[in-house]
Amino acid sequence: MQKELLITRIVRFYWDGFRNMTIGKTLWLIILIKLFVMFAILKVFFFPDYLGKFDTPSDKQEYVSDELIRRAVNH
Amino acid sequence: MIETINTSVIDWSRAQFALTAIYHWLFVPLTLGLGIVQAIMETIYYKTGNEFWKKTAQFWMKLFGINFAIGVATGLILEFEFGANWSNYSWFVGDIFGAPLAIEGILAFFMEATFIAVMFFGWNKVSKGFHLASTWLTILGATISAYWILVANAWMQYPAGMQFNPDTVRNEMASFWEVALSPVAINKFFHTVLSGWIIGGMFVVGIASWFLLKKRETKFALESIKIGAVFGIAACALSIWTGDGSAHQVAQRQPMKLAAMEGLYEGREGAGLVGIGLLNPAKEQYNDGKDPFLFKIELPKMLSFFAERDLDAYVPGITNIIEGGYPQKDGTVALPAEEKIARGKLAIRALADYRSAKSDSARQQARATLDEHFKYFGYGYIKNPSDLIPSVGLTFYAFRIMVILGGFLLLLFAVVTYLSYKNKFEAKRWLQWTCFASIFLAIIAGQAGWVVAEVGRQPWAIQDILPVSAAISNLSASSVQITFFIFLALFTVLLVAELKIMINAIKKGPEIEHAPVLKNNHIKN
Repeated sequence: MQKELLITRIVRFYWDGFRNMTIGKTLWLIILIKLFVMFAILKVFFFPDYLGKFDTPSDKQEYVSDELIRRAVNH
Repeated sequence: MIETINTSVIDWSRAQFALTAIYHWLFVPLTLGLGIVQAIMETIYYKTGNEFWKKTAQFWMKLFGINFAIGVATGLILEFEFGANWSNYSWFVGDIFGAPLAIEGILAFFMEATFIAVMFFGWNKVSKGFHLASTWLTILGATISAYWILVANAWMQYPAGMQFNPDTVRNEMASFWEVALSPVAINKFFHTVLSGWIIGGMFVVGIASWFLLKKRETKFALESIKIGAVFGIAACALSIWTGDGSAHQVAQRQPMKLAAMEGLYEGREGAGLVGIGLLNPAKEQYNDGKDPFLFKIELPKMLSFFAERDLDAYVPGITNIIEGGYPQKDGTVALPAEEKIARGKLAIRALADYRSAKSDSARQQARATLDEHFKYFGYGYIKNPSDLIPSVGLTFYAFRIMVILGGFLLLLFAVVTYLSYKNKFEAKRWLQWTCFASIFLAIIAGQAGWVVAEVGRQPWAIQDILPVSAAISNLSASSVQITFFIFLALFTVLLVAELKIMINAIKKGPEIEHAPVLKNNHIKN
């Protein structure tokens, strides 16, 4: 009998593992919903990279430099 | 120039970060602690071949999996907040902070993710030895992951191994090893991981006690308690040792935090450690002359000993740190806060001059001034010296809550170990209730430790170099408020989901004494 390829065995290992889950299915559902909320809603709409509005690193460093200098008290 | 950032943005952003970190820290310590306990149980199964230990390990592994699944990726929200709310900080420290987090993400996370699949799916499919190795490697991966996160946090408490580049306005890593192996990072790692072990041990003892209270799964519960309690004693004992190291590090690098932890306003030689005390709420200013305590019980000279390993050593208080003038260990005299503020302003002015310089000589001169005073850079943002004082009340009481609960847990583990090995624990229902309730006390102790670490270092985002007022993004307070409450709702829903699934799994139990033990049983995870 021909020996199964390693990749096939790995795929089968995961396939059987996921198929036999009970609580795990609920947990995966929660994980997927959580990741969706985090990346598709929170990250996009509420937590954009603040410095992402600048196109180049040079613009970012200029902005941060200006902020750090401007905020110094009685400078 | 005038300060343009509304302080409520800072407060809401700090509250949001604290909320996220507290929530994240509900899951991480249980992963670290419970992971070790289940691995010990599986090791016993591997050694003995006794199916009882396999079932026992599988039960705790199921609870580990629930906790892991609900907690996974909650730490990423902290990184979102760095980019959105603390963008100046993120840019300022990018290279230093990025490396540990990248290693954490690539090495530790993938190691964890690979072996956790074998741990859950591999029963009866891989050899017992490979499965056991996968279980240990999963928890090792989680622990290594924690290490790199704590390296990043430790750098904020003790910035080392970097060089500020005024061209990029970033701190750049000068020595990876100084960052990765800083004494603060090493100590913080062990102390923090051990606190997770205590929570893991208490969780096992507490849940197993619940089974005894319900008169179910008695053998499983008693054997689990023996392992959890001994593990808890070891974790508590080591935690005392690393806690002492932690206090020593704080004394060396963050004397203001130490003074706040002790409510010490006036420094002295042979300073005592406050065992218990009640702070005087009437004390509003560091220099108002009012007694900081309504009452206190001190252990004579112990603060000097813990801080400097010398019973008669001088420990500066809040007033001394603000006013300066006391001799330091390196032979220099401590600068007053006003002088540090002046030097910080010089450093910021030098940065401005450097960036606007029209000639090389002007640039070199500005660079020299910046380098000379950079260690005071953050003081240039401080309005009043009293702004350098963290919340004394919160730091002082959180420290005592952590220490007192830690001592209580050590005693509890010791009593439980003694009684369980003498076969007397099963009859002590009051102690079983105490153990169950103490799960929450262990969690509170861990959270209190973080309150000391993080509140005690305010106002700094990076110790001495960047205060939160400079680190914060130029946001509106209302936008941060909205996300704060979104998080609160999201975290509450997730926590309720976890508790519901966890409670159901616990109620179902390991089913060792009800179900026949199958030789080729297949775990449903």
